[in-house]
Amino acid sequence: MPEKSEFIPVFVFLFQKINTFTIQILSPNETLMMDRRKFMQLSGLSMGALVSAGIPIIGNATTPEHLLETPADAAQKKLMSDIALNAARSKGATYTDVRIGRYLQQFLFTRETKVQNIVNAESYGVGIRVIANGTWGFSATSDVSKEGIAKCAETAVAIAKANAKIQTEPVILAPQKGVGEVTWKTPIVKNAFEIPIQEKIDLLMKVNGEAMKNGAGFVTSNLFFVNEQKYFASSDGSYIDQDIHRIWPTFTVTAVDKAAGKFKTRDAISSPMGMGYEYLDGLASEKIAGPNGLVGYRNSYDMVEDAIMAAKQAKEKMTAKSVPAGKYDLVLDPNHLGLTIHESVGHPLELDRVLGYEANYAGTSFATLDKWKAGNFNYGSKNVTIVADKTQPHALGTVGYDDEGVPSKQWNLIKDGVLVNYQAIRDQVNILGEKESHGCCYADNWDSVQFQRMPNVSLLPGKDKLSVLDMIKGVEKGIYIVGRGSYSIDQQRYNFQFGGQLFYEIKNGEIVGMLDDVAYQSNTQEFWNSCVQVCDKDDYRTFGSFFDGKGQPSQVSAVSHGSSTTRFNGVNVINTGRKI
Amino acid sequence: MCGQTPVGPEISVFFQKIDLKKMKILTKEEAKKIIDKVLAYSKADEMSVNLNGGRTGNIRYARNTVSTSGESENQSLAVTAVYGKKSGTATINEFDDASLEKTVRRAEEIAKLAPENSEYMPMLGPQTYLNTNTFSENTAKIDPNLRAKAALDSILPCRENKLTAAGYMEDTAGYSAMGNSKGLFVFNKATQVDFTITVRTDDGLGSGYGIQDFNDVSLLNTKKVTEVAMQKAKASASAQALEPGKYTVILEPAAAVDLLQNMMRSMDARNADEGRSFLSKKGGETKLGEKLFDERVNIYSDPMNEEIPGSPFSGDGRPQEKIYWIENGIVKNMTYSRFWADKKGVKATPPPNSFIMAGGTKSLADLIKGTDKGILVTRLWYIRAVDPQTLLYTGLTRDGTFYIENGKIKFPVKNFRFNESPVIMLNNLEEMGKPVRIMGNLVPPLKIRDFTFSSLSDAV
Repeated sequence: MPEKSEFIPVFVFLFQKINTFTIQILSPNETLMMDRRKFMQLSGLSMGALVSAGIPIIGNATTPEHLLETPADAAQKKLMSDIALNAARSKGATYTDVRIGRYLQQFLFTRETKVQNIVNAESYGVGIRVIANGTWGFSATSDVSKEGIAKCAETAVAIAKANAKIQTEPVILAPQKGVGEVTWKTPIVKNAFEIPIQEKIDLLMKVNGEAMKNGAGFVTSNLFFVNEQKYFASSDGSYIDQDIHRIWPTFTVTAVDKAAGKFKTRDAISSPMGMGYEYLDGLASEKIAGPNGLVGYRNSYDMVEDAIMAAKQAKEKMTAKSVPAGKYDLVLDPNHLGLTIHESVGHPLELDRVLGYEANYAGTSFATLDKWKAGNFNYGSKNVTIVADKTQPHALGTVGYDDEGVPSKQWNLIKDGVLVNYQAIRDQVNILGEKESHGCCYADNWDSVQFQRMPNVSLLPGKDKLSVLDMIKGVEKGIYIVGRGSYSIDQQRYNFQFGGQLFYEIKNGEIVGMLDDVAYQSNTQEFWNSCVQVCDKDDYRTFGSFFDGKGQPSQVSAVSHGSSTTRFNGVNVINTGRKI
Repeated sequence: MCGQTPVGPEISVFFQKIDLKKMKILTKEEAKKIIDKVLAYSKADEMSVNLNGGRTGNIRYARNTVSTSGESENQSLAVTAVYGKKSGTATINEFDDASLEKTVRRAEEIAKLAPENSEYMPMLGPQTYLNTNTFSENTAKIDPNLRAKAALDSILPCRENKLTAAGYMEDTAGYSAMGNSKGLFVFNKATQVDFTITVRTDDGLGSGYGIQDFNDVSLLNTKKVTEVAMQKAKASASAQALEPGKYTVILEPAAAVDLLQNMMRSMDARNADEGRSFLSKKGGETKLGEKLFDERVNIYSDPMNEEIPGSPFSGDGRPQEKIYWIENGIVKNMTYSRFWADKKGVKATPPPNSFIMAGGTKSLADLIKGTDKGILVTRLWYIRAVDPQTLLYTGLTRDGTFYIENGKIKFPVKNFRFNESPVIMLNNLEEMGKPVRIMGNLVPPLKIRDFTFSSLSDAV
């Protein structure tokens, strides 16, 4: 099967029909290959159509009201967990963890004046992981009854024992002291699932209407809401009840000039967030002024305002100057740089990938253990300090505890330009000579096995006062890039090429106009060593993705990447214009 | 770093999903009985039912040892109820009478709450479908032992040769049925097995790849596929850097398929009519009927093809049949939603499940033999659209890239980043070999001139 999509792109839907639920995306290569059995099968939507649509819908379709019901409280879940822990221990497990998970999704799809689809989905079940005879075993069931759970735990142990026979070395699990009975909730103000559907439709219709009024030929808009209600218990003595919320508003505006046979698109510059519906409040206090009337959105998004700008900018792109290829100083907006951080820092520092476990899928990593051990590998310039952080407010990867019961923390990956650490979980961290897991273990559903997933990985802001406007003033020949465009990186994370949504030419400290056909190519180490300036904390904001793919069968995870606007000198820019 | 000696513990997870509601692959009659029962509960204007079930299993290995293996079964029934132009869908995975009726009521409830869809098309009546041969008993009876053997056949030769294997095999066996209140009914059962293998040299300097997929697992020989990957891993270990630029390339089917598939999925008529497709042209017309490619380019779909048998129906119940998309370089057909076809007064041709690119009779070896100077490309990786207007894509070569001179493979070369459009590529066609099955399609190895490599990559 085509196992090639790693970072799952923003969907750009070409057409969607509510009656048949047929959904296709603009670029069919950008497919999400994930575990096919997880896709909800909507009427008329074949497996193939779902896969090519790239929408990871997990669970069964249901009503919006049903999503607000609670099937079990924490006391019941503790009881259920204890049944699993006892059953596994009595069969010989030396370690057990239980995840009782309820995963809710609400996705809205619209195009121009039409609502095309509203999906409400729920998935509920339990996953049990054990160590027996030094080997992992995992089993999952949707039968969340006492009998179902006990049987599931026994199966997990039986599988571990069977497989212990062919294992060469036992699992070394970093210790984790039990945390007792605790709860953690994403600090939301408005639960998106409680907001009436009509209010959401009204917003999207306004977004589409304003875009059309301002020159868009076509517009699609979407709202994605996710709520993970996860109960984790382990034989370490942890009973962790978590309620995690995520939101992602997005759209694509298309301008068309039929006479010239040309079209241009502009995607939303929103960011998916670990927030409630309050992200859509569009607070003025969370707006960051950029050059040319551009606005950066921090922790509050004005979707209608962005749609109006998008329509105008898509039209402007039609007549923008095609970029002359060459070396430019790049000024990269956080909504663009986030993806570059994700691909060139986040993935290469996943320890399982470094060790070769992902060799047949996304590949390995240039950031080998010898480079880390040397203690002086210059990943970037001294301006580059990149942190892994599971505690960052409003970020997608932020939780209280990971999916193996480890409290969230922050640690350095790159300190003052030097590679200092990786991302590792309980059964990996001994390889790094550490005694505690980093706490970045995640499973995308109750029926999938938890494994190492990328925490929020962010570039720290510069210490000196510097705004984006000041940064541009210092650039003689450069390009200011906003938003996430085309992106591609090799299987060891050396060579990459990135596009964007908006490109502005900088000449002698000023923006002189829009550019088109821009993509930059670089090498990870060269690129981060060309980092000369980072704006201060007032410019800091996050970029994110709901659907980062990893593993076979593939699982998704949500992750944010924060940064301030950053300058890179002398980067190679190519012209992507072609005639066919 | 990919040595035989593990750096740490072998991190392995073996899993199994247990489903207490044990399912089996239903017969056509059993599926129809359930669907008819659901339809009998309907109070809506129109109702359709989709019924799917199956088993999927997999085995994954890395660093010459199995890391995960599992199997799961699932079944699902989706009911879509329609009132006027409002529709709602609900799903369930239990098929007792009470569950079925509850799901019908829920779908009706959702439909009543749904906004009206002005593009709603009334459901199709009975259709005539081809009788395609997509099911293999051999694949349906795959068990954990067979998966383990498939993995070991791939791992052992690598261990013996001081190479490191990472591979994945996934198999599915299932059925899919659809019926509606207008009398449409269709049933199909299918099997599929997909295998990929990446072999790396212990020093991490060489890497090779193999891929194969079939409906019938008895055709899959993981050892043979692995041997090709091993050969490529060893042969690619001392790669030299060539200057980026335009080169004659031989794209193996695994390298050609992605770019072709991307193009095939961009054939939607509505986008072309709306002026936002590579098939749109100046003045608002489309390129339908125009010669857009080299005249030797023929691409079609055929669910009856013996090598890649396909489902007889599309997701919305439309019959799949043999159809030419590109004939002698001319754009012959585009794909339509039922709404857009109705609006345009044309046949509602559904998007195909797979495609066949006709080729020649030569083997890959013959193509290499007939090449003075060129580059052999095993596969392409991380392919992303750069410009939807021109179908420009970027990505990189991976796992076996070699320089060819005077009909022979001379030396391995460093991987390249490419920026190329399948439209331009199929105009720069030099020669085609014999098509082979790849990711469910039939694709020939392609010899292309002036393929654009824009930079070098150090990745192995």
